[in-house]
Amino acid sequence: MTDPLLTNFIIFVLAILCGFAVISKVPATLHTPLMSGANSIHGIVLVGSMLIATSARDPLGYGIAAIAVAFSAMNVVGGYVVTDRMLQMFRKRGAPARPADAAERSEG
Amino acid sequence: MDAIDVLVRLAWLAGAVGFVIGLIRMNSPATARNGNLLSAAGMAVAIGATGILIIRAGGDATAWLIIAAGILLGGGLGLYTARTVAMTAMPQLVSLFNAVGGGAAALIGIDEYIRLVNSPEAAPFTTTIFVVLDIVIGSVTFSGSLIASGKLMGLSITPSRPVMVPGGQLVTIALAAIVVASAGYLFFVEDSLALMFVIVAASLVFGITMTLPIGGADMPVVISLLNSFTGTAVAMAGFVIDNVVLIIAGALVGASGAILTKLMADAMNRSVLNIMVGGFGGGEGTVGPAGSEGGTVRSIGVDDAAIQLAYASSVIVVPGYGLAVAQAQHAVRELADLLEERGVTVNYAIHPVAGRMPGHMNVLLAEANVPYPQLREMEDVNPEFERADVALVVGANDVTNPAARRPGNPVSGMPILDVDHAKSIIVIKRSMGRGYAGIDNELYVNPKTGMLFADAKQGLADLVSAVKAV
Repeated sequence: MTDPLLTNFIIFVLAILCGFAVISKVPATLHTPLMSGANSIHGIVLVGSMLIATSARDPLGYGIAAIAVAFSAMNVVGGYVVTDRMLQMFRKRGAPARPADAAERSEG
Repeated sequence: MDAIDVLVRLAWLAGAVGFVIGLIRMNSPATARNGNLLSAAGMAVAIGATGILIIRAGGDATAWLIIAAGILLGGGLGLYTARTVAMTAMPQLVSLFNAVGGGAAALIGIDEYIRLVNSPEAAPFTTTIFVVLDIVIGSVTFSGSLIASGKLMGLSITPSRPVMVPGGQLVTIALAAIVVASAGYLFFVEDSLALMFVIVAASLVFGITMTLPIGGADMPVVISLLNSFTGTAVAMAGFVIDNVVLIIAGALVGASGAILTKLMADAMNRSVLNIMVGGFGGGEGTVGPAGSEGGTVRSIGVDDAAIQLAYASSVIVVPGYGLAVAQAQHAVRELADLLEERGVTVNYAIHPVAGRMPGHMNVLLAEANVPYPQLREMEDVNPEFERADVALVVGANDVTNPAARRPGNPVSGMPILDVDHAKSIIVIKRSMGRGYAGIDNELYVNPKTGMLFADAKQGLADLVSAVKAV
């Protein structure tokens, strides 16, 4: 086992434990936004897709990279936007949809 | 490693910190939106730093063209679908994003392997292991998620009912054997591009045969599992290209998806394995005749139900899968508003698996402007049923069946809402059809229960006009 690989493996295991610790505390109310939020985080694969685009040297490599970049960009952008759309609907008071802020203030 | 290298890696670390803190802030509805924005900011920093790295490496024009076009196309498509999707269609969209994420991870593995095979030296053993894991998990996720998404969209090629693959178990075993044998050859004998593509093909077919036999009501558990797979595939891709931020983010998602999957399966009183192998078989909406031996069913009219609700002091609404299917979340909110105007206290009892995903019911009700403090979780609201004058059950079935408290039936041990403890119960339901577990609901023959036979949306609309007339 080479050193960088060992380091990566240690990081991998610690990140898994971190994921368990962080997620176990989330209430069921937020499970769907959470799933969607976690879904956008794996859009980080865009970083990898960009890197393979720069090391591509032939049409096949460029083709693979192009699809990978488009796929992961869809994952990132769509994931965060839809999670935000869900979360902005969680409101403390049953205020009318717009303008939410003003209504919330007036109701105290 | 020069200064820019160090800065880029620190930026990646900052991105990972953003993900972790963002997830922590998702603990409470009050900070969740902020947490998601923090996570998005971390993502922007990580991607921006990667751009700087590429500039410094002197990426050629073609590479930049590909990156720009890919981000515009994919990002635009993601933005459009995320903006336009209906909240009820959330599970299939998450599934679609799983598919593309897993697909991208698999492509990174394929690309790296092509490079390794074309290089003069033999591929290092350890790299090949991670390449194979990346390709297998990524490809299974890609095809499996597409099937899951298609099932939830109700496409005819992927019906939501369980589809039995002829000789299903044998096919699965054969595919697994092909993958293992090919991987063994790559590890111990020699590198082979052709065999790698055999692995890709077998994994893609495996994803399809794995997902097809699973019924629509189990699909949320499968999507959660596939979300976890995607994270794991991304972490493997991180090992393949030696990139720490991919490893951290992928592992975080892999762990969270695994926990969510277990929570959902627990709430349905089933094991993940049992779901994956295919369980009750009938899937959602298995309709059977009403049980005649258990007691008599009392039917109630709209006007009687409206009077009961209007003169109650406390009402607990129990929304279920049927409400989500009928898209009746706005109607239920309208009824609750009316009752509150009359001074009735209204709460919502949310079972962990109500809706089509865990927590999905909360999103649907939030969309209908129900304030989240009124959305009560099972453990929290169960003691309050005793004090409730009316429990209004809309489209929920198995999660209210008192039979779960006794051993010896399909729902035994499943956590349920104590609806039968309420002083009176109104159930809006189309027929006496059985729920997912395929057994009769003893709640319906309870002397305190009145059955209002109607479609969830229509029944609620009728109740609204009847309450107005009271």
